[in-house]
Order: sequence, then structure tokens, then C-alpha cells
Amino acid sequence: MTAFWRAFRRNQLAVVGGAVVLCLVVLAVAAPLLAPWDPHRPDVRKILDPPSGSHPLGTDQLGRDVLSRMLYGARVSLAVGFVSVGIATVIGIVLGTIAGYHGGAIDGTIMRLVDLMLVFPRFFLLLAVLAFLRPSIWTIMAVIGLTGWMGVARLVRAEFLTLKEREFVIWSQSIGASAFRIIWRHILPNAMAPVLVAMTLGIPAAILTESGLSFLGLGVQPPFATWGNILNEGKDAIEIAWWLSFYPGLAILVTVLSYNLLGEGIRDALDPRLRQAAGRFVGRSR
Amino acid sequence: MLGYALRRLLLAIPLLIGITFISFLVIHLAPGEPVELATGDLGIQSSAQAKQMLRELYGLDRPLHEQYWNWLTRLARLDFGRSFAPDGRPVLQKIGERLPVTLVLNIIEMLIIVALAVPIGVFSATRQYSLFDKITTVFVFVGFATPDFWLALLLMILFGAQLGWLPISGLRSLNWEYLSFWRQQLDLLSHLVLPILVATFGGLAGFSRYMRQSMLEVVRQEYIQAARAKGLAERVVIGKHALRNAMLPIVTILGLSLPGLIGGSVIVESIFAIPGMGQLMVQAVFERDYPVIMGNLVVVSTLTLVANLIADLAYSVVDPRIRVSGRRR
Repeated sequence: MTAFWRAFRRNQLAVVGGAVVLCLVVLAVAAPLLAPWDPHRPDVRKILDPPSGSHPLGTDQLGRDVLSRMLYGARVSLAVGFVSVGIATVIGIVLGTIAGYHGGAIDGTIMRLVDLMLVFPRFFLLLAVLAFLRPSIWTIMAVIGLTGWMGVARLVRAEFLTLKEREFVIWSQSIGASAFRIIWRHILPNAMAPVLVAMTLGIPAAILTESGLSFLGLGVQPPFATWGNILNEGKDAIEIAWWLSFYPGLAILVTVLSYNLLGEGIRDALDPRLRQAAGRFVGRSR
Repeated sequence: MLGYALRRLLLAIPLLIGITFISFLVIHLAPGEPVELATGDLGIQSSAQAKQMLRELYGLDRPLHEQYWNWLTRLARLDFGRSFAPDGRPVLQKIGERLPVTLVLNIIEMLIIVALAVPIGVFSATRQYSLFDKITTVFVFVGFATPDFWLALLLMILFGAQLGWLPISGLRSLNWEYLSFWRQQLDLLSHLVLPILVATFGGLAGFSRYMRQSMLEVVRQEYIQAARAKGLAERVVIGKHALRNAMLPIVTILGLSLPGLIGGSVIVESIFAIPGMGQLMVQAVFERDYPVIMGNLVVVSTLTLVANLIADLAYSVVDPRIRVSGRRR
């Protein structure tokens, strides 16, 4: 752990990324305390006011304060990021474990399922599913999680395939340890490092996906503020109110960038060899 | 070679069946009935009416296996049903009009990405830690974090609204019919600049990173040292011996990133009002036009499968080792 810290601290960009992520979490949690205005209260006297002292990031078409809406939007983005990646990770670990530990036909079936899910352009699949469901923050989290587990499953399976042959596993098998114990106590903990990295890099991808859906008007629905739907409302006023489009997008960029820097930093600090497995740029978010 | 191609083709068949099965599952995801979208009055018919039409179309009251078989045989005959929209046209016709647009756009994007990413990657790898390398690294990180819809909006403000240099919507100007042939081509081209710029941005960042990584690994190999040792010019060592080997993983990654690229058409086409599959999909979702949604899903994923297959075969052409051993490293 100390070796990890020493290696991580040397990577200044990763430290900055981590600090920004931490700040964002604090801002999101404390949004009700920090927001200068009620994010849902319209004010007809202040429609599309440019940034000023009382409204640092201006107001929208209904006269609502953009800064307050963005603070509340941060909650949605981060919540969707954490929960959907959590769902994807659990599914990925379970399926990857089953495939990697059992091998054979079960492994073959699960891996074909992974291949199959990867054939679908994710955005089309998400839209098709959302067309049948009522879009809410819960359905968005669920569908992003359910369509994003394939990478983790592959990772975990690969770890199992190599760890299964290692002496400490074979020895514990020989003294009669149960399969559950071997998986839970001996193999999984050793497979967690790459999973942690995949999670850190999965969160920004989920945030991009959510904001894309909200931008199309198919994500979290108004009056709930999300960065994506502020942008969606902003695009109609793009020529007269640039602040409505500019700041939410900038917030998404900074968030995603910070998570990516943090994730890469963790990866490099955990194991420089993981650099080689550069699987992360594949298939971005859609 | 032929044997290898055949084997890949056979492996694609279960995937094709899988695509139809997952799509079939999607229809049944809804808790009994399609729900009213809370997105204003864009929906054309009431929920009850759409539900009734769905039931008739897919025979939703019959047993599941019968429904799936029914759905499969319709697909085999390329029968996607008729659109729920007032025009009631066959779904296949609607998709047919839009497929070429999305296909051509994606092919152009891919060519541009490869044409730019390869030299960028090679350059930053051979001059690791140089100024150029640092700048491209920053570009990669920023490019990867930039939401494409935001980039599109910013470019629309800048080039469309402020400078007025480029059109920001559709594929043709209103006066298109009155332009001369060459003017028409120029008009089309100017409409394509912004969408293609936005669509290639993120992919370009990813690919140049990959190319750099791949090149860095190859340059460390012994055969590169051997090539240098026998006195070949650096230009030949890099441009021929190293580049060819570094390109190999790129072909695979190209295949893998196709779904992402095609999926990106949804956003780009909706923003720039380009009449392609992505825009059709979004419209269909808003109008709860289920036959179009399902048709779109099946066609787009099948298309991706075919493209993956082509990438696989291309890989075996450029890397003879694959044909012999029959499987990828």
C-alpha cells in the first residue's frame, strides 16, 4: 500500500485528477448547502440573464439559476456514474468468475454472450430499451449498468485463468478448501486491482453516456437538473445565451478528464505492466 | 485462407441469432405495455393504441416461443412491419433510405481517423517525450473527455452563428436544386465538415494513442535492432519494418471500436439534422414507433457484425500467422 502511494504521488496529473474528483463529490453532496438559489424555482423577471454577481453562471429560459442547477446536476452525474458502474461491476465479476473458474462449455457460453453484447452499438441498444421504459434516474442507472459489464467480465475471467494455475490455489485445493472459499478468499482479492482500475475508468464513460442521453431528451427528465438536460435546453437558445451550453459541457469535460487521469494514475501505480493491456480506449461509451 | 474465412463466417451465425434474440427480449422488457414517454406531445398515438398495434404486430398474446419464431421468420424475409407513424410506410423502406447516409459517413470518418492517427502515433512514438508527443498526449486526454454534443454546439456557435462560414444543419442548402453540379457537390461537402469533425474527434484521440503505444512496443523488438544493425536507413526501419507490425493491432481495434463509432452517429446526426439511421432512431423513440426502433436495432447490430467480420478477414490478410494457426493471439 505504501509502495502504491509513493508511486501514485509521483504522478502529479493523477493527484490533480483525484483532487478534482474529491472536490466534485463534496460539491455534489453539499449541493443543497452551496446552491445560492432554488434550482427549480422559475423567475420571469430573470429570463436568460447573462452571468452576473447574483447569478455567476447566468439564468435559463425559465429564469432559474444555472449555477444552482449545475450543482444539483453534479449529484445526478456522480450518482449515475457510481451506481451504474457498481451494477456493471457486480455482473461482470459474477459472470467473469463463473466463466474463469469453471471453464469449458459454461465459459464458452458466457464469452459468446460477451461477444454478442459487444456487437450492439450501445447507444442504439440503450435507446431501444428506453423507448419501452419510463426514463427516470433509476432506469438510466440500470440500463447503463446492464449494457456495460462486458469489460469487467473479460478482465475477471482472464485473471482467474492465470491465477487458477498458481501454486497457492492448487495447494488450497489439495487441502480440501471449498470452491467458494478458493474463489472468495484466494482468487478474487488478487483480481481486484484491474477491476478497480476498470471501475475508475468506467465512471466517466457512464457519465458521458448519461449526459448524452439527457442531451437527447431521453435521460433523466426535467424538472430534475442534469448537465445533459441543461445543455439540451440550452441548445435552443444557443445564439443568445452561450452560458447555458458552455458551462454544463465544461463541467462534463473536467469531470471525465479528472476521472481518466485518476484512473490511469491508479493503474500505473498498481502495476506498470498493466499499461500494456491498453484495453481502455476501445468502444468509448457508445 | 478460404478455410479461415469460412470458420469466421460460421462463428458469426450464432451471433446473428443472438442479435435477434436480444432484440426480441427488448420488446418484452416493458412491464406489459409500452409506456407514455414523458417528453411532451410528440407521441403520435395514445399508449393504449400503440399497445394494441404492438400486440397485433408481434402477436404478443401468443406463447413466447411462437412469438420468437414468428419474429425470426419475419426477419428472415426482411419484413420489419410498417411504421406506426402516420405515413405507415414499410420499416425496411424507411431504413433503406437512411442506411447509405450513415454508412458513407462512418466510412469517411474511419478513413480520416486512420489517415491521421497513424502518422500522429508514429511521430509521437519515434519522438517520445518531445514537444509534439506532449501536445498530442494532452489532445488525447482532452479529446477523450470532450462530450461530442458539446463540441458540436460550440462549433455551431463559432462557425455557424458567429463566423457564418459553414452550414449547421442538414445535408443540402434550400436552394440546392438551382445550383450547378459542382456547386451542389461543394454544398454537400460544406454540410459535412462539422459533423465529420465532431464524429472523428474522440476516435482520433483514441487511435493515435493506440498507434503510439503499438509503435513504442514494436520499436523495442529485436528485429528492429537487427534492421538497424544491418545499416538500413532509419526511414526504412520505421516506415517499413516497424510500421507494418505496429499496424496489426490497429486493425483489430478498428473492428472493436466500430460499434462505438456507429453508436456515435445517434448524437451527431440528431444535432446536425442529418437524415441517417441515428436520427431515425431518435425520432422513432420519441414517436414510440416500435417497428422502426426494432428494425433499426437489428439492422445496425447486424451491420456491426458484418463490419467486424470484414475486420477479421482483413486482419488475416495482413497477418499471415493468423491464417496458419487459425486464431488470434
